[in-house]
Amino acid sequence: LLLALGVVMVIAIPYTIVMPLWRYRVHRWEVTDDAVYTRTGWLWQEWRIAPMSRIQTVDTARGPLEQAFRLSSVTVTTASAAGPIKIKGLDHELAADLVERLTEVTQANKGDAT
Amino acid sequence: MSAVSATDEGWRRLHPRTVVVTVLSVAGILAGVAIPIVIGVLDDGDALLPILLIAIAGIVVVSAVAAFVDLMRYRYTTYRVTDERIELRYAWVLHKTRSVPRERVRTVDLTANPLQRVFGLAKVKIGTGQQTTDSSQLTLDPVDKAVAEELRGLLLRRAAAPAAERQTPGEIARLDWRWIRYAPISVTTPILGAAAFGAIMQVADWFNAQGALFRLVRYLFEDLSVVGLVVGVVVVGVVVGIVGSLGLFVEMWFRYRLTREDGNLVMNRGLLNTRSLTLEQRRLRGVELVEGLGVRLMHAARVDVIATGMSQKSDDEKTDPKTVLPAAPFEVARRVATEVLGSPAATATELVAHPRAARGRRIRWGLFAVAGLAGTLAVLGLLLTTVLLHLAWILAVVLTPVAVLLALEAYRNLGHGLATDHLVTRHGVGARRTVALLRTGVIGWTITRSPFQRRAGLMNLHATTAANKGAYPVYDVDEVAGLRFADAAVPGLLAPFLEPAPTVSALSAPPR
Repeated sequence: LLLALGVVMVIAIPYTIVMPLWRYRVHRWEVTDDAVYTRTGWLWQEWRIAPMSRIQTVDTARGPLEQAFRLSSVTVTTASAAGPIKIKGLDHELAADLVERLTEVTQANKGDAT
Repeated sequence: MSAVSATDEGWRRLHPRTVVVTVLSVAGILAGVAIPIVIGVLDDGDALLPILLIAIAGIVVVSAVAAFVDLMRYRYTTYRVTDERIELRYAWVLHKTRSVPRERVRTVDLTANPLQRVFGLAKVKIGTGQQTTDSSQLTLDPVDKAVAEELRGLLLRRAAAPAAERQTPGEIARLDWRWIRYAPISVTTPILGAAAFGAIMQVADWFNAQGALFRLVRYLFEDLSVVGLVVGVVVVGVVVGIVGSLGLFVEMWFRYRLTREDGNLVMNRGLLNTRSLTLEQRRLRGVELVEGLGVRLMHAARVDVIATGMSQKSDDEKTDPKTVLPAAPFEVARRVATEVLGSPAATATELVAHPRAARGRRIRWGLFAVAGLAGTLAVLGLLLTTVLLHLAWILAVVLTPVAVLLALEAYRNLGHGLATDHLVTRHGVGARRTVALLRTGVIGWTITRSPFQRRAGLMNLHATTAANKGAYPVYDVDEVAGLRFADAAVPGLLAPFLEPAPTVSALSAPPR
C-alpha cells in the first residue's frame, strides 16, 4: 500500500505542478468582431471557431474555488449539438466584459442562428 | 363531444378516445406480465381460481388508475393554433404552458401505433429548429387523424417559400419490393438472432424451465458433437435474424413514399406503426449517403437527411426519422439524394484524395489491431495451452491481409470537395458515408491534431452545423489543404485566424 501511495505521489506531484503551468502556456482564446476562437491542448491539440452570428447563448460559471481566486469560465453555445466553446480560467472582470460584448454582438444579429 | 370542439378563444382538446387506447394498452401490457407470473406461481401447486382472481383484480385496478390519470390529462390539456403561435396548456395540479411561434415550426411528424390506428388517432409532434433544449418539441398525443392531417397542412403551408417552389412537386420515390434483399445484410441481423435466443431463455426462465430446455436440446441432438451443436445454434440464429430483419423491413417501410408537397419533403411509411414526416425544405442542411460494407458490395446505398430540428434519437422510437430512403440500388439513391438536395452535389462532386500519410496511418491501425489480438492470444497460449498459440498465428495470417485491405479501402474512401452550394466529405469503411452539407449551414469549425498527425502534417477538420449530429468530419486532411478547404467553403470565417499564405505553423502562430 505504501508503495502504491509512493507511486501515486511520484506521478501526481509533478503532474499537479507541471500541468497547470503547461495548460496556461498552451491555451489561447480570441474574440474578434466576427468570431470566437479557442485553442487548447498540447499533445492533442484542438481549435474551435464559431462565428458571432451563430452564437445562441453565453454563460459564465464560477465555482467556489474559482471565486476565491477571482476566476470565471465562459461558455459560448451555438445551435450545433457538437459541443460549446469553453474558455476557462478568465479573470472576473475580463469575463464579465467579454460576456457583455458577446451579448451585445449576438443581440444585434437577427434570425434563429441556425 | 367531438375532438375539434372549441372552448373559449379557439382552445381545442385532444381526442377523448385516448382514454380507451391507454386503458387497453396498459391492460395488455399487464396481462402480458401477469401470465408468466401466474403460471410460475401455479407451479407451487396452489389452487388456480384465487390466483387468477388476484391477477385480474390487479390488472383492473392499475388500468383504472391509468384511465383516471389519462382522463385528467385529457380533461385539462388544451391546445390552440393562433395566427402567430401554437400553444399547449396543461392545467391540473401542475400548470404548464408551452408556446411555439409558428414561424419556428420546422417539422411535423405524425405517428400512430396499431391501437391508435384502430381508433383513428394519431400523435402529432411539432419540432422547431433548436436541439439544445427539450422544450423545442410540442407533442399532441393523440388527436383525431383528420385533425392531425389538417394541422400538418396548416402549420407548414406558409413554409412554401418561393425559393423552394422551383423544386418540382410530386413523388420522389416509392417502395420497390426488390429493395428487401438489402435488408438482411445489415448489422441488425446478428443482433436480432441473438435477441431471439435471449428472449427464449427469458421465457424459459419465467416458467422455471431453463434446465428442461437444455435437456430437451441435448435430447433432440444427441448424436451431434459439441462443434455441430454450436454450428447449429449459429445457423438457427442467422436464419432467425434474417427472418427478423425482413419482418422489420416490412414493418418499417411498408407503403413507403417520399414526396414533395408545397416545397416540403413528406415521407409516409409503416405497416403497423405508421409514420408521416413532413420536413420544411428550408431546414434541410444536406444529405448523407450511407453505404454499409455489405450493402455497398451490392451497389446500394441508404439516404439520410441532415436537417435542423431533427431529433437525434427519441426514446419512444425504434427507428431514426432521418432516413428518407432505405438501402436501395445506388442509382435510386443517387436520384433521391439529388432531388432532395436540389443539386447533384452528393454524388457528382469530384473529391480530392487525402495525403499518403493518411494511408500509412490506416494500415498501421489495422496492423496494430491484429497484433493486439494475436498478441493477447499468444501470451495466453504461452501461459495456458498451445491451442491458443496456434489460434494466434492462424488469426495473424488470416487477419493481416484483411486488415491491410480494409485500411487501403478506408484510405480510398477518404475525400473532400466543394460544390457550388455544398461541401462534400466522405469517409469510413464499415459504412462509407458521403456527406453533402450546405455551405451556408456551417456554423463553425473544429480542428484537432494528435501528436502523430502533427508529425505527418495532417489534421481532422470538423464542420459544425445545427443539424443532426452537430459536426461532420474530414479526417486526416493535409494541414494546408484542409485550412484552404475550410476557408474556401465558408469564406471569411476562418480568414482572420490564418496567415495570408497558410504555412504549417499558421495555426500555432498568434493570430493577427
